[in-house]
Amino acid sequence: MSEFKSGSNLEKVLRAGHFAFTGECGPPTGANVEALKKKAAYLKGMVDAVNITDNQTAVVRMPSWAASLIVMQEGVEPNFQMVCRDRNRLAAQSDVLGIYAHGIRNMLCLSGDHQKFGNHPDAKNVYDIDSMQLIHTVKTMRDEGKFLNGQDIDVPPKIFIGAASNPFAEPFEYRVHRLAKKIAAGADFVQTQCIYNMDRFREFMKQAVDMGLHEKCYILPGVTPMKSVGMALYMSRSVPGMDVPEDLIKRLRGAGKGKVAEEGIRFALEQIEEFKEMEGVAGVHLMAIEWEHRVPEIAERAGMLPRPSV
Amino acid sequence: MIIAEAKPNSELLEMVSDCSKVLVVGCKGCVTVCNVGGAKEVGVLAATLKIARRRQGRTIAVDEVTLERQCDPEYVDEIKDRIGDYDAVISIACGVGPQFLSERYPSARVFPGVNTKFMGGAVAHGVWEERCAGCGQCVIHNFGGICPIARCSKSLQNGPCGGSDHGKCEISKDVDCIWDVIVRKMMSQGRLDELLKFRPPKSWTTSRDGGPRKMIREELRI
Ligand code: SF4
Ligand code: SF4
Repeated sequence: MSEFKSGSNLEKVLRAGHFAFTGECGPPTGANVEALKKKAAYLKGMVDAVNITDNQTAVVRMPSWAASLIVMQEGVEPNFQMVCRDRNRLAAQSDVLGIYAHGIRNMLCLSGDHQKFGNHPDAKNVYDIDSMQLIHTVKTMRDEGKFLNGQDIDVPPKIFIGAASNPFAEPFEYRVHRLAKKIAAGADFVQTQCIYNMDRFREFMKQAVDMGLHEKCYILPGVTPMKSVGMALYMSRSVPGMDVPEDLIKRLRGAGKGKVAEEGIRFALEQIEEFKEMEGVAGVHLMAIEWEHRVPEIAERAGMLPRPSV
Repeated sequence: MIIAEAKPNSELLEMVSDCSKVLVVGCKGCVTVCNVGGAKEVGVLAATLKIARRRQGRTIAVDEVTLERQCDPEYVDEIKDRIGDYDAVISIACGVGPQFLSERYPSARVFPGVNTKFMGGAVAHGVWEERCAGCGQCVIHNFGGICPIARCSKSLQNGPCGGSDHGKCEISKDVDCIWDVIVRKMMSQGRLDELLKFRPPKSWTTSRDGGPRKMIREELRI
């Protein structure tokens, strides 16, 4: 691998062997550019790239591409997310060209939360292609310079292709195989669902390493600090595919009034320390949801600063 | 078969509010089997309309007929001599029935008496589940004989998604994650390899996305 696939900062950081650190930012539910810029300012210099979510939880927001352009102007490298829920293969390929034309180099391919969860549950969904097929589509566009129909692309988009993985969703035995399938389809890097059950994640990573997946793809486990006991309970009970061990909930409860958030951050920091040493882990994806202002502190305490310039 | 459910009486009453003579037409096909549009339900609906009207202090004449099939012109023809006698016709066949009726009888006012739901079958008494979305190019052999197009909430061909939770789909704890079933079945049959094959985007030209569908079999034409 001499040439970069996309030349994005994230790709360069990973290729140089640095322990990568990515963040996340949800676009506003409106055209509030200032709010978005404020979030971007907290993240600037703290992470290597920031995931810009795409109508996450099926709630209408400023589009991922538009918010990506704004954070880019603010000096933050975006990781543009795209879900298959809202676009067919025409729109998906067209958007890939569009974001590339504007200088976006990272993209995360997702199936997307079902619209039933969101604020427009009456909508019709698309799901023309699934996330696996989207990964493969972007790879074909990049490496073969062809659209899905086989036609040549006039200047192919050079995108660093990301995929998501949930190590905990059932059936557990199949999860690592599905990751392997995504890598074979073209994923260059993988960001996982928030990890809380470290035992299970260790087992998952061991399987991934045994299969050599870490040599074909950069794996970044997801970390979301718990802000409160309520959040932990909500995650455990109401977020499908989320595994929050009872021990962690107990630990947060035991922290006492006013100290739960700090305990949540401590747990996240311990996780990051362990990930740094864990075989096959290439970095961490920090999803501090609506907690962007705490990212500088977390980055600092996790020993992630300064971020490498490559 | 095609599964349908009765429309609420209030909706039907509203539909025929300005009518005084109505014909309720049942069908002996799928809707009889799923207990929504057969001769029995025709009788119940006719009685219900009459009673409800009486409560409103008005009357309505309701006649009943149940055809062998409403999706077949031969049987639809059977009511040609009487259809002119009514202000309106309520068909309690699937969505095909009222359309065949209104095509055959252009001057009749035809109302749908049921909501047509899906293609499926009864998994227990009183419980029906969807099985097929009529995509026009059946591929279930790739998925252990189980259809992800109709049964996965996202029609994923390379599932399951990250929302699969203890065998349930992310959309509801009452909905099974069909990919969980597919994976378990394929693994128990030792066919993991097949599941790991990348399934390319499907051509939807044979499904509704390709436009209204029509099929011609020359050997059957007269
Ligand atoms: S693959 Fe198509 S034809 Fe076969 S069961 Fe599913 S929807 Fe029906
Ligand atoms: S949870 Fe299962 S059935 Fe539901 S959308 Fe995901 S893969 Fe499909």
